[in-house]
Amino acid sequence: MGRNNPNNMKAGVLAIVVCGILIAVSFSGCVQNNPPAVQKILIFGSAGDADKLDPADVTDQESTARTDSIFEGLVEFKSGGTEIQPCLATGWNISADGKNITFDLRHGVKFHDGTDFNASAVVFSFDRQYNASNPYHQYGEWPYWSYMFSDILSVNKINDYKVKIVLNNTNAAMMTSLAMFTVSIVSPTNAAKWGADAFKHPCGTGPFKFVEWVKDDHITVEANKEYWRGAPKLDKIIYRVIKDPSARLLAIQAGEIQGMEFPDPASFAQITANTNLQLLTQPGMNVGYIAMNNGYGYNDTNKNGARDPNEPWVKTPGYFAPFTNRSVRQAVNYAINKSSIVKNLYKGTAIVAKNGMPPFMLGYNDAIVDYPYNPTKAKELLTEAGYPNGFNTTLWVMPVSRPYMFDPTKIGEAIQSYLEAVNIHVTIYQIDWATYLAKTQAGEHPMCLLGWTGDNGDPDNFMNVLYGANQCNLGIAGNVAFYNNTHVQDLLTSAIQTYNTTQRANYYKQAQVIIHDDAPFVYLAHANQNLVFTKNVKGFVLNPTARYFFYPVDMTT
Amino acid sequence: MKWYIIKRLLQIIPVILGVTIIAFSLIHLAPGDPARTMLGQHATQQEIDQIRAKYGLDKPLYVQYFIWLGNVLHGDLGRSILSHEQVTTEIASRFPNTIELAITAMIFAVLVGVIAGIISATKQYSAADYTVMGVALFGISMPVFWLGIMLMMIFGVFLGWLPIGGRIDLLIPFHRITGLMVLDSIIAGNGTALVSVLLHLILPGIALGTIPMAIIARTTRSSMLEVLRQDFIRTERAKGLSERKVIYKHAIRNAMVPVVTVIGMNFGMLLSGAILTETVFSWPGVGRLVVDSVYARDYPLVIGCILVFALVFVIANLITDLLYTYIDPRIHYD
Repeated sequence: MGRNNPNNMKAGVLAIVVCGILIAVSFSGCVQNNPPAVQKILIFGSAGDADKLDPADVTDQESTARTDSIFEGLVEFKSGGTEIQPCLATGWNISADGKNITFDLRHGVKFHDGTDFNASAVVFSFDRQYNASNPYHQYGEWPYWSYMFSDILSVNKINDYKVKIVLNNTNAAMMTSLAMFTVSIVSPTNAAKWGADAFKHPCGTGPFKFVEWVKDDHITVEANKEYWRGAPKLDKIIYRVIKDPSARLLAIQAGEIQGMEFPDPASFAQITANTNLQLLTQPGMNVGYIAMNNGYGYNDTNKNGARDPNEPWVKTPGYFAPFTNRSVRQAVNYAINKSSIVKNLYKGTAIVAKNGMPPFMLGYNDAIVDYPYNPTKAKELLTEAGYPNGFNTTLWVMPVSRPYMFDPTKIGEAIQSYLEAVNIHVTIYQIDWATYLAKTQAGEHPMCLLGWTGDNGDPDNFMNVLYGANQCNLGIAGNVAFYNNTHVQDLLTSAIQTYNTTQRANYYKQAQVIIHDDAPFVYLAHANQNLVFTKNVKGFVLNPTARYFFYPVDMTT
Repeated sequence: MKWYIIKRLLQIIPVILGVTIIAFSLIHLAPGDPARTMLGQHATQQEIDQIRAKYGLDKPLYVQYFIWLGNVLHGDLGRSILSHEQVTTEIASRFPNTIELAITAMIFAVLVGVIAGIISATKQYSAADYTVMGVALFGISMPVFWLGIMLMMIFGVFLGWLPIGGRIDLLIPFHRITGLMVLDSIIAGNGTALVSVLLHLILPGIALGTIPMAIIARTTRSSMLEVLRQDFIRTERAKGLSERKVIYKHAIRNAMVPVVTVIGMNFGMLLSGAILTETVFSWPGVGRLVVDSVYARDYPLVIGCILVFALVFVIANLITDLLYTYIDPRIHYD
């Protein structure tokens, strides 16, 4: 019956209150004893958590944003650019046939666990990716290997401080690819210590050492005081996960973080008006586009990534007769006001695209004159193509924002209204992202929105991946317009085999002229990359590869 | 009672089997697969096939299910395809955060909701009643995301009273033991951490608790009104008992059965994560985990989360049913 007694209840409540007070009082001493923080700690607001902290086994930017502080490669991109400079290698030599690259390695460098950096570590870091019999091969998917590094036949130790990379084919993009995070050098001792769990105990030679990872919350790294270039200026970096852009902005305004990525372009005015904040912005290495399904792809039955004579062109599931007609595709290009989309929907933080790769890249053809916004001309072309009354079609619109497409839904609606004005009646179709990628790569769409962010700063990484006929393989097509011009493919293949940069650039320029005339895509925009820091953060440099390097960064009080 | 509990616990088995079979089928029926998500836009067919083979995704669906079930019976939920982490570790690292947030939200919802409901019922058609019901309507209708941002702007940025996201001030050294950070800071005797953790719970707790609070307030009000109209209350009053005693000693207890049902159901839901609140307050809970894993088609993680949610719901329902016997002695299970 005690539970019915109000006196007992009162006593219980009183006991809880007294306990609460006692706990609070007993802790009050601890609060006062906390020493003031004097370290330079930068808390960076990230849009997501890392997948893994093994640089060779990730594709997401959140993972590489962390691993780039911990690991280094043989070579690296010069700060703010895509030119190559030595890093853990002090120099290299490319054989006359372009198939052997010999690297001299830096002496006296140690991994964070004390292991010496040497040729064995380099060979291990590559071997585990391509050699299925390497005991550590089973612990990763190595997603970039066959895509970017399949031309590597072997990596061999010459002596403790010299390694040789042997290539199957001449590959002019290989040196830039070697500056990618994928081929960072990892500690073999650490890999042996952790086995399958090495991805959560990263150990490299970089300026910061891994401290802790609280899933979906934060990752902490601290200064590597023995770093071979000298200790970094920051004592710690804490990468904190704040998924919502509004919440990230509020956090930096409240002083809880000192840096953040992917600010909402709608808040730029608010950021620039805030005297405590600085907005860093520069053209990004990306392109956002509309792809019109040209109608034919192939089944890559031998899975070699190229179309062979016994692999015939077949109709894509999304075959749509009007888009097989060049005049119709050109009409769509004329019908869309790209400047207005960039100004109003990209909020000005992008430039209008006229080619399929960003203007700062090797081989960009600036002589090409973009299709101007001209609905009258579009209607004329449609009439000429046999569609005087237009037609109905479906535009597939991405369900997620990407750096090259800030607001796909609104962009899709804008395109719908522009095309309606020339009697192309567009229905918008949206489906979740995994399905979207699977179905567009299988060619199920008549037209779709998509884009690309470059991996290594090399033009091949745009031109061949997105516009080559070999990339029209149904199911995994990179060329989602299924634009199967074999002449363009020949030019792109010649380019990748040419070390002479002028000649190489020339191949890409020619290819862009043909692609422009055939108009399989409407190139919409190259979006800027934007970061926000508090004013006391100095020395951060934006890179075209959108990678974050905090080594030169300092904080003033 | 003992047999009733055992019977209910045994019923968990078919429920879990049913839930996992449905979840397994649905997630595999959805187009897209983890290999593609993992490899991105540049995947080759060979790589996709290799990954599918590595994770057994090339086997028939029923074979995959039985392999999974066999592993679960050995206590192995597998590894996340995307992060390579043990599914149990992934869930265990998020679940304590969700529990703490759910408890905070429920404390707020029950305290405010029940009191508001009682005031509203006892002062029916008064200004207080209209105010409480107006606030309740507002609470139910308000988008959590918007409420969260408003709370952050007002209390975090303008007033600067409360932290606006995360679990703790990251500059405070903290050692995780159980994952329940309030408990961990008490165990460690770390007062600075305890204060910080509690402060970080306030805004997300209010944001998440607002809708349950509104539901509880409305349920309490209608239940109280019904009880107050019953004969035994008239008898109590006729006996000369004070209005205070009539309400607090007799009416509330009788009005609590539907309220407890609502609390139980809401608590079960809160324990399965709150994606919007977790997103806006950067809260590393299971809601975000399951949504991210569905998008990534991370099958082992999705099914692992659903298994845990099903267990939580079944157990929350059982506890609710058992609470009825405490509140209303007339209810008993044989």
